[in-house]
Amino acid sequence: MSALSYKKFEDSDSGALPDKMTIFQDCLQAFNATPVNAKKCRLLLSRLMRLLYSGETFPSQEATTLFFSISKLFQHKSSSLRQMIYLAIKELATISDDVLMVTSSIMKDIQNGDLIFKPNSIRTLSRVLDGSTVHATERIFKNCIVDRNPNVSSAALISSYHLIPVAKDVVKRWTNETQEAVFAQKYFPSNQFNNSSNSSYQDLYTSTPSSTFFTQYHALGLLYILRSHDKMALMKMIQSLSGVNSPLKNSMAIVQLIKYITKIVHDSNDPHLANTLFPKLSNFLKHRSDMVGLEASKAILSSSLFTNEQHATAISTLQDLLSIPRTVTRFAAVRILNRVAMKNPEKVVVCNVELENLISDSNRSIATYAITTLLKTGSAETVDRLIKTISSFMNDISDEFKIVVIDAIKNLSLKFPDKYKSMLVFLSDVLRDDGGFPFKSAVVEALFDMIHFIPESRDSALENLCEFIEDCEFTELAVRILHLLGQEGPKTKNPTLYIRHIYNRVVLENSIVRSAAVSALAKFGLIDDPTIRTSIEILLNRCLCDVDDEVRDRATLALKLLKSKKNTSDSSNIIVSEFIRPSKLYSFPILEQKLALYISKGAFELPFDTSSIPQLSEDEIKAAEYQSKTSVTSTEPTRPTKSNRDSTINHSPANGSNEKNKFSEKDLLQQKYSQEIASIEEFSSHGPLLHSSSIIELTEKETEFVVLCVKHLFKDYLVLQFNVENTLPSIILKMVSVVSIPSNDYYEEDFILPIETLAPEAKGTIYVSFKRPVDEEGFDIIAESFSNTLSFTTHEVDPSTGEVSEEDEGFQDEYQIEDLDLIAGDFIIPSFVGNFSNIWDELSKENENVATFSLNSYNSTDGIQGVIDKLIENLSMMAIEGTRTFENSSNSHLLKLYGKCINGERIAGVIKLASNSKDGVIAKAIIRADSFKLSEVVLNSVA
Amino acid sequence: MGQVFSKIFGKLWSLNKEIRILILGLDGAGKTTILYRLQIGEVIKTKPTIGFNVETLTYKNLKLNVWDLGGQTSIRPYWRCYYANTAAVIFVVDSTDKDRIETASKELHMMLREEELSDSALLVFANKQDQPGAMTAAEVSKALNLVELKDRSWSIVASSAIKGEGLSEGLDWLIDVIKDEQL
Ligand SMILES: Nc1nc2c(ncn2[C@@H]2O[C@H](COP(=O)(O)OP(=O)(O)OP(=O)(O)O)[C@@H](O)[C@H]2O)c(=O)[nH]1
Ligand SMILES: [Mg+2]
Repeated sequence: MSALSYKKFEDSDSGALPDKMTIFQDCLQAFNATPVNAKKCRLLLSRLMRLLYSGETFPSQEATTLFFSISKLFQHKSSSLRQMIYLAIKELATISDDVLMVTSSIMKDIQNGDLIFKPNSIRTLSRVLDGSTVHATERIFKNCIVDRNPNVSSAALISSYHLIPVAKDVVKRWTNETQEAVFAQKYFPSNQFNNSSNSSYQDLYTSTPSSTFFTQYHALGLLYILRSHDKMALMKMIQSLSGVNSPLKNSMAIVQLIKYITKIVHDSNDPHLANTLFPKLSNFLKHRSDMVGLEASKAILSSSLFTNEQHATAISTLQDLLSIPRTVTRFAAVRILNRVAMKNPEKVVVCNVELENLISDSNRSIATYAITTLLKTGSAETVDRLIKTISSFMNDISDEFKIVVIDAIKNLSLKFPDKYKSMLVFLSDVLRDDGGFPFKSAVVEALFDMIHFIPESRDSALENLCEFIEDCEFTELAVRILHLLGQEGPKTKNPTLYIRHIYNRVVLENSIVRSAAVSALAKFGLIDDPTIRTSIEILLNRCLCDVDDEVRDRATLALKLLKSKKNTSDSSNIIVSEFIRPSKLYSFPILEQKLALYISKGAFELPFDTSSIPQLSEDEIKAAEYQSKTSVTSTEPTRPTKSNRDSTINHSPANGSNEKNKFSEKDLLQQKYSQEIASIEEFSSHGPLLHSSSIIELTEKETEFVVLCVKHLFKDYLVLQFNVENTLPSIILKMVSVVSIPSNDYYEEDFILPIETLAPEAKGTIYVSFKRPVDEEGFDIIAESFSNTLSFTTHEVDPSTGEVSEEDEGFQDEYQIEDLDLIAGDFIIPSFVGNFSNIWDELSKENENVATFSLNSYNSTDGIQGVIDKLIENLSMMAIEGTRTFENSSNSHLLKLYGKCINGERIAGVIKLASNSKDGVIAKAIIRADSFKLSEVVLNSVA
Repeated sequence: MGQVFSKIFGKLWSLNKEIRILILGLDGAGKTTILYRLQIGEVIKTKPTIGFNVETLTYKNLKLNVWDLGGQTSIRPYWRCYYANTAAVIFVVDSTDKDRIETASKELHMMLREEELSDSALLVFANKQDQPGAMTAAEVSKALNLVELKDRSWSIVASSAIKGEGLSEGLDWLIDVIKDEQL
């Protein structure tokens, strides 16, 4: 090797890698030489490592040759050479199969070798072993795991971890040693490197603390894996490690322990277990290490199985951490709070003062999170000021953070619709800024939401979007905006304004955008104004000469449709409008699900049946969106997953408990019920299913029989669906039915569909059908209460045959389950309305009912927010104008609700809530509806 | 004068040079036991060797670089990776293992056919002589067909690694042969 090329290798900054073949040759030569020149070999090995670490590999043949030559270096005793050998073998282990040849040599090093390379040798050993050789090393591993030296112990623990895929059974036998290592507090020996030939290590290590107890972290990780199958053992581990006298000294280990606890709580989905484990977590909240406090807070806040008070303790820890000098800690704390505020802003309100202080934090990321959190927790009065502050530094932050801000503004606009002006100004400003697609898309999305849900903002938001597409580089966004302009533009006072903007696109853009523009133009052609229609036709005619066939096709179709509209009668006019601007859309989640099902079945002789897919009107879609965008669903800890488990919709795409999916999930459930019911002959004369309630538990979760109920309403019938689960392992139930007795005799039982046989640990469904009553004045929304008894005969299963013996005639039995209330909400479908006061004024004051209630019966520990959530659930109405969220800063709240009754009548409610320490929550409810009766029934359901 | 000088220099130099020796043989023959008996003079508790042990020992002022390779079937194919520059092979036979003496013979002859070992001396230890019913050195020699070996310095010595018998006798012979050949 020439001096010149040597130079080149040494210069690591040059980025030039040494030549692979040269290195290979040099290595073989030096490693096979006698005697071995340790210094030279070490240098060559380091070059080889540099190659390997930068991703170079050798063909297996060469790797093997290299490996054997390296193995020959074991004859040299130099410790520093030995270290390099281990690093190299560890790398080559993945390429060459022959590495087992160094097993014995490594084992000897571990037992007698220098401490300086002992950890290296342990780690390399684990790479070299396979299923057949690992047994020979058991003693060694056990000894090293309990070694007093933390470096040795850690190396052994990590290696064991890596050996689990190779030989799990063997590693399992090291559990006791691992446990010992979790509990042990190991110190670096003060003279660790005194004997070593390499004294520079000593200087290096004297400055380090006497121990970091890092071994505990490694040991805990291994112990967890070894015990993860055994829940009892895991619980014991948590018990012994998380007390006040926890032996864990290493913060990472504690953080890890907290993660395990969180996982157990999460997997169990059991509020009781959460409650038992909470003290363990809360103990760590005040830990002297920030890291631990943060993790514990995060753990508590991440699960809705913990109560609001428990959440509050975590919030208060984070609150303290917000004013800590360490930047990382502040960042982590504010980030967690921000996430909590997305769903439950009221919980974070207590931190407002600290968050305000962080607005001027020198770290921009912290400031951004602080502001966006405040935007969620803040009251209407603070919004303008916050938006001003944030505008001042939008330019200093990255796109990712800008998106966080935009999303916060978007949610805010729904919460404080009154403040739309300043938000609109903000959004239109940032829309002009430079930014990538995700950023622009977020802004456009926010404007869309404003247009949809805040009618006053529509015209100016549309103008902003028009201006934006004049110079928009993202085809996807341009297409979406053009579609929206087509939807909303014709409704405005001055539609021609938009027509010009749209037509500009036809002249200037690519064919995808042009096609979208043509479809949008056509929608303006439906406006009942001859001059507009004529100009649209002129514009569409120009499009007929477009170079792109899609554009031409769309223009031709639109022209044809518009022409036929002019000439023919009213009914076909509707058909034409439906073509150009459909008033109803298919429910996309259900459409997707059905299509997937259709394709997987493969029975293509039958055409796809669109009739079973519900079509939603624009209002219904808006209601759904509004619901999912504003919902605060913290108070339903077990419900959603429970209904998941009990339903059979495993293939549904919307199965996650993700908030966004929840609404469509409910849709699907309803869809499933109506299908099930439709498939039952007895219900064929009931007509369409109008409304189904959510699932109600009529028993405790862990009883012999678990009964859930759903109330279904038809035009003339009420059907109660009881889902019964027989949890007994050796009892068969026969003729299972429910005796439901209405307390007021209004509802008249029609028929019962019992379960013939319910096998052990099986589920079944009982339906009880009632005729819906009508009162003297023909009004049929009538509340009722039903007492329910499960009746059946029990039959013992013969364990030897698994069958019921012939002679067993069974034993007639009954089982009391809880009462069921049919309430006003069961007749109401939550609906969205953009302008609440319009509707309020439309519904006449004559049909108004007013009352004041003391809502002690709600015995809600969750205060006003708890009452709001329960009202919304019970009344089955939608909170409008962002009134779903209670602001903790006051002790009163105005809730505005809207819904539609199954008979088509509209209901609106204004409920003023106030809390004081003496009476709990007081509610003054004013209900208006299309009929006096309805508003009366609804009012009575408030308490 | 110049000639004399170079001869003396060569002699001194070769005393410092390491001599590479391989210990081979079937598994359980006693190779590892012999290696450490020679190095530290004690009988150690061994485990089947997965791979090899390498030790440097000084014997009669000579530096010996001794490689003890594992004898299990799975490891035997790798012996050849360590043949290069080998001055001598010590082949250890478990004299009580009559069932496998033929296998040992096959492995021995296969190894000696290798080009890289054509100049190496061969010392056979008929080991475990302390055991009742052990074959004598002569019987082992016959079973291994040693007389057939051409162009090679070889010898067979009866040994017991446990009792320490025969080892230095064998090694003395080996050192003499190597010295002769190298000087
Ligand atoms: N009685 C007796 N036992 C011996 C003698 N030499 C070795 N052994 C025993 O034979 C067994 C195997 O010895 P090792 O030295 O491990 O054998 P090895 O040739 O290294 O085996 P591998 O590493 O598997 O190739 C051990 O139990 C030794 O104690 C001997 O001379 N007499
Ligand atoms: Mg051995």
